[in-house]
Amino acid sequence: MSITYLEAIREAQYEALRDDPSVFLYGQDIATFGGAFKATKNLSKEFPNRVFDAPISEDAMVGMAIGAAVEGARPIIEMQFADFSSIGFNQIVNQAATLYWRTNVPCPITIRLPSGGTAGSGPFHSQSMEAIYAHYPGLVIVTPATVEDAYWMLLDSVKLNDPVIFCEHKFLYYHLKADQIGDRELPIGKARIARPGRHATIVTYSAMVHEALRAAEELQLDGYQIEVVDLRSVKPMDTDTILASVARTGRLLALGEAFPWGGVTAEIIARVTTDGFHLLDAPPMRLNSKDTPIPYHPNLWKSHRPTTSTIAAALRRLLRN
Amino acid sequence: MYLVALASPINCVETDLTADFRDQFLLTYQHMLLSRVLEEKLGSLYRAGGRIVGGVYLGKGQEAFSAALGVQLRKGRDIYGPLIRDQAGRIAFGEPIIDTVRTYLGAVTGPMRGRDGNIHRGRPKEGHMAMISHLGSLLSVVAGGLFARRLAGTLADSIGATSIGDGGTSTGAFHEGLNMAAVEKLPIIVSIANNQYAYSTPNTRQYACENLVDRAAGYGIEGVTVDATDLASCLKAFRAATARARAGGGPQMIVGTLLRLAGHGEHDDASYIPDTKRQGPSARDCLQVAEDFARDRGWMSSANLRELNEEVRRNVDQTVSKVSKEPAPDPFKENWQALSCAELVEGQHEA
Repeated sequence: MSITYLEAIREAQYEALRDDPSVFLYGQDIATFGGAFKATKNLSKEFPNRVFDAPISEDAMVGMAIGAAVEGARPIIEMQFADFSSIGFNQIVNQAATLYWRTNVPCPITIRLPSGGTAGSGPFHSQSMEAIYAHYPGLVIVTPATVEDAYWMLLDSVKLNDPVIFCEHKFLYYHLKADQIGDRELPIGKARIARPGRHATIVTYSAMVHEALRAAEELQLDGYQIEVVDLRSVKPMDTDTILASVARTGRLLALGEAFPWGGVTAEIIARVTTDGFHLLDAPPMRLNSKDTPIPYHPNLWKSHRPTTSTIAAALRRLLRN
Repeated sequence: MYLVALASPINCVETDLTADFRDQFLLTYQHMLLSRVLEEKLGSLYRAGGRIVGGVYLGKGQEAFSAALGVQLRKGRDIYGPLIRDQAGRIAFGEPIIDTVRTYLGAVTGPMRGRDGNIHRGRPKEGHMAMISHLGSLLSVVAGGLFARRLAGTLADSIGATSIGDGGTSTGAFHEGLNMAAVEKLPIIVSIANNQYAYSTPNTRQYACENLVDRAAGYGIEGVTVDATDLASCLKAFRAATARARAGGGPQMIVGTLLRLAGHGEHDDASYIPDTKRQGPSARDCLQVAEDFARDRGWMSSANLRELNEEVRRNVDQTVSKVSKEPAPDPFKENWQALSCAELVEGQHEA
């Protein structure tokens, strides 16, 4: 008996609906059809009148969630793909993110963003939006890399009294499995040491955690012990755990699947160089996707994003410095 | 079902003038007058300089249309999402004018505590949504409040209402929000003040349909038009529309034709409005029209009006004077936290 990352997301929504009558789900094709990825499969049957098909109106979906939250509801909004949240961008960054600060009324909404690339998905079904939203004050941005985090962090997100952008990675939906979901180990805001090491630190999040772990395995054959830090949430970012890791290893590779300009990896480097410059034995490195839209064909796609081999190559350069 | 928008505007006739209607008319007139006097004061404070930072955005000429909606709503039970030119509607809904003055002056005692200003104010927990500047985006928020109440079983006969102008109807948010409200059959009033100019842009550059109300049929909702300079007709239109919404009739669109009798803000002399328009029927001052209407029917005497004027002016002056003495926000007392969960607020990471 095992559970996938996607099933964990469904299970968490099941429990949120079961345990809290103020929770409801709103999104395109999520009711009877169960969602484009089946993340809400059977939920409308199990919770009649709590799971709704939305018109193709991301702006209105988020706006309605905000109004519902003011009235005491805790809506979960499913974006069919993270990419389409750009249509709801205004409601997210200007209405949801500012509501508490402007009016003292909290805005407990969770917006699920099926994120990141999969082969063949192309420029508009592959994007990683975490950095865009993290830029705005008033939002919490979570990026689970494991089945347990997908489950626990979604439940935590629904309970939070602030708007949460829940970036779930589509590449992990079916492939990533756990035997069972263990106890909740860390709250949102705390990073996890996914693999301990002493020669270099990779700080990353979401699906790239698994590429980083495979690269670390590869480097182990050369006698290097690479530490992998899984941020879990990119905002808040657990700077203390990052700095403590760099203090142990003296070397930093910031790794992300998103576009290279600015973003999460730039933020990691900025924090380490401003708060922990003295901890570094070599210039820190960044590895991101290429600075083009995300390509369709698998040959191009695999070269567009960081992979185990490009991460391993970057680590070797980092260790030579 | 195919709904055809009513071709002719809602028009108040003598048989509509019940005692109850008269009482509401007079109450609404008082809200309009208070709004006008308050806004004149805000305009003069702006021109004097120093007290008001940022702009001043007035609803002069739109008071009848705005207040005729606000007065139908019940604070604490209905949800109101007013927009820029709804000072009169907000007063009619029950917002105390001290909230307006405190927000314009940025007083820490106000609902926005100096964090936001002028027309960007509200008390969401009291059903008064605080508009953001992005037009059309409040429609789905008001709809969401109603949706949540319906789920919770607390909707009963409460309704929502939100306002927009001719320009705001061109936004994607307006379309998405109204379509969603129609799909969900929510009891929401969508009041469109067609003041013919979005800042300086005339209707001809804003939409290509004959009348904005023509769109109601496309959304599958009811729509009516009204001469928005005529308080009696506005009241008749909004009384009927709110009753239909409360009775389960779904979204209601009311398009009012008028002219903004001020600039977009007090920094704007509205020189783009031609004289022919300024002298046309849509430029009638709704306050004067209402006053004449009431006087003609013996509902108010000149003495009543004088007294009311004096009282309103005293109220406004006292409020401004009180707020002027209140403390401005102190950056050292501000907590600078955008999240309600303090444990998730990041450190400042300053050099």
